[in-house]
Amino acid sequence: MNRTVLDLWVGFFVALGIAAVMFLALKVGNLSAAHLSETYVLQAKFDNIGGLKVRGPVKSAGVVVGRVTDIQFDPATYEAVVTMSIDGRYRFPKDTFASILTAGLLGEQYIGFDAGGDDKMLKAGETIAKTQSAVVLEKLISQFLFSKAADGQDKK
Amino acid sequence: MLDPAGLLRKLGHVVVERIWRLGFAARFFWVVLMYSGASFRRLPLTLREIYFSGVLSLLIILVSGLFVGLVLGLQGYEILQRFGSTEALGTLVALSLTRELGPVLAAIFFASRAGSSVTAEIGLMKATEQLKAMDMMAVNPIARVVAPRFWGGVISMPILAAIFSAMGVFGGWLIGVVFIGVDDGSYWSQMQSSVDFRFDVWNGIVKSFVFGVAVSLIAVFEGYDSVPTAEGVSRAITRTVVTSVLAVLALDFVLTSFMFRGNS
Repeated sequence: MNRTVLDLWVGFFVALGIAAVMFLALKVGNLSAAHLSETYVLQAKFDNIGGLKVRGPVKSAGVVVGRVTDIQFDPATYEAVVTMSIDGRYRFPKDTFASILTAGLLGEQYIGFDAGGDDKMLKAGETIAKTQSAVVLEKLISQFLFSKAADGQDKK
Repeated sequence: MLDPAGLLRKLGHVVVERIWRLGFAARFFWVVLMYSGASFRRLPLTLREIYFSGVLSLLIILVSGLFVGLVLGLQGYEILQRFGSTEALGTLVALSLTRELGPVLAAIFFASRAGSSVTAEIGLMKATEQLKAMDMMAVNPIARVVAPRFWGGVISMPILAAIFSAMGVFGGWLIGVVFIGVDDGSYWSQMQSSVDFRFDVWNGIVKSFVFGVAVSLIAVFEGYDSVPTAEGVSRAITRTVVTSVLAVLALDFVLTSFMFRGNS
């Protein structure tokens, strides 16, 4: 069997295809960032998660430190149980505060970590105790309106 | 004169004929898979088909991918500008290409460029009785002629789709960043933060693989099943392109509803 010119072209074609997939994976997609290091799992319970989605980012100080991997409803406590996988390089204190925030006024929702001052760190599989639910715009507006109305009543 | 009974008979004939062909195509697919061993044991046969249907389709894929990217960049910029979010241009171009346009358009170009020529080749071989001659020489025409062409197409298709998508992203970058002046950093970083490899890129590759199976099967089947005359072969080629395009679009809808429903 001899090498032919045809083999060269097919090799070129396959190499170009591999290059395209690599380009899509590393430059277009976030394969390089998503699986850089190993992760560990944390859970948090929220009264209301608003529009949080699976694969949504977990940020601390604005830096993405993990992803939401699962959202379940707990029928015993009527709360949402959010499972997150956190970058193994980062550890958070036990009294870390997890809140659901919104990027911009109408942007996607994400979980923000505010690190506490505890000496002990959260271990894999543990649940974050302190959480704050998503802000529901309708509730906020109705609160504002009611308080305005109450103010008006007082002045009369 | 209108003849209700005759019309009904014709309609029934057409329907039965279609179902018959469908069943034959399914059995043909099975036979091709059964005799596929030879196309991997004798790799040069398949390599030759990858050359003909893959390498020779490169030019149309590269050029059309680039132009689709350019158009997406221009139109996307035009729309996004109204909302003051032109830095999301990269996201728009990359998501629409990797999820939909890359696999679908590459499959349609592939059907018209390579599928039609495969049908013509096999159809002409049938018309000139080369397939029968092979059978006489105890060479199985399905193992020797059909299966390598089928696998050549199946292997080429995902590669072509990936090249198409990459080229389109480059085209969007060319228009958005180089000509219009969207920020280079935000073009790539916004893209990277919203395109997930396993979710978007990988699903696109799976899609293009499925399209590759469908288009290649239709191409070899139409050629093998063609009426062995000049007219019959030309009709078979037309049918290949039409059926492939319809099958790709229908399959795309089905696959999309499986892959992307509910999340994100």
